[in-house]
Amino acid sequence: MAIPLSWYLIVAAALFSIGFYGVLARRNAVAILMGVELMLNAVNINFLAFWRYVRPEEPLGQVFAIFVLAVAAAEAAVGLALIISIYRTRKTINIDNIDLLRG
Amino acid sequence: MLQQVIFIVMAIFTLGMALGTVTARNLFHAALFLVGTFAGVAVLYVLLEAEFLAVSQVVVYIGAIATLIIFAIMLSRSMMGKESGAMNKQWLFAAGGSALLFIVLAMLLSKAPFATQVAPVPSDAIAQIGSSFVGVYVIPFEVASVLLLVALIGAIMLARERHN
Repeated sequence: MAIPLSWYLIVAAALFSIGFYGVLARRNAVAILMGVELMLNAVNINFLAFWRYVRPEEPLGQVFAIFVLAVAAAEAAVGLALIISIYRTRKTINIDNIDLLRG
Repeated sequence: MLQQVIFIVMAIFTLGMALGTVTARNLFHAALFLVGTFAGVAVLYVLLEAEFLAVSQVVVYIGAIATLIIFAIMLSRSMMGKESGAMNKQWLFAAGGSALLFIVLAMLLSKAPFATQVAPVPSDAIAQIGSSFVGVYVIPFEVASVLLLVALIGAIMLARERHN
């Protein structure tokens, strides 16, 4: 293996941090959801890197990555449906203006 | 050597696209950058010899999730005016926090000795995934299918137009 394991992990950490920044800093709810997708992708890179370098004879890492993929798909569908529903009632998806639960 | 060059090029491409996703002012451009990020991650999966996951990444993320996101952007398009700016008030703290997170993680990961082995991937790796889904992991597999069904029904219920 020409590529060290730590390179993959560092790229995944960078991708996770970028997604984290997107979740914290963006105003638009759809952009926040994109940040979450970036973070889930970073997690999947970690699963596959550890599968390849530590335990390639067992499919456990790949199986877990497929579950993450399925949960990410469900999360995107429900999250975007929520955003469309909020947009329909409040006419905005700027999260600074969605403060219905504020005391 | 060639693998390392491909890895570095694809890592820079992926991270650049990811940075574009979180910084683009136009939401539609952000979605296109997101598609580029997903494609770069798929290439990293191929470098990890996880071909099945690479194809799933292209089909599920680029084919389905990116399309969904673009639909959501177009349905809520009139409110994405540029006058308010793309970032909220705490973006500087968020940038500092995520930079700190990355620095700590990178320092830890570059120092930690992982017990790696150089065993080749078995030739029936994809068959192993299939048989473990109907063998050892059959219950999580069924739960995931129920989760997808619930998400399908829930998304329809949430996004449905209500007529009083």
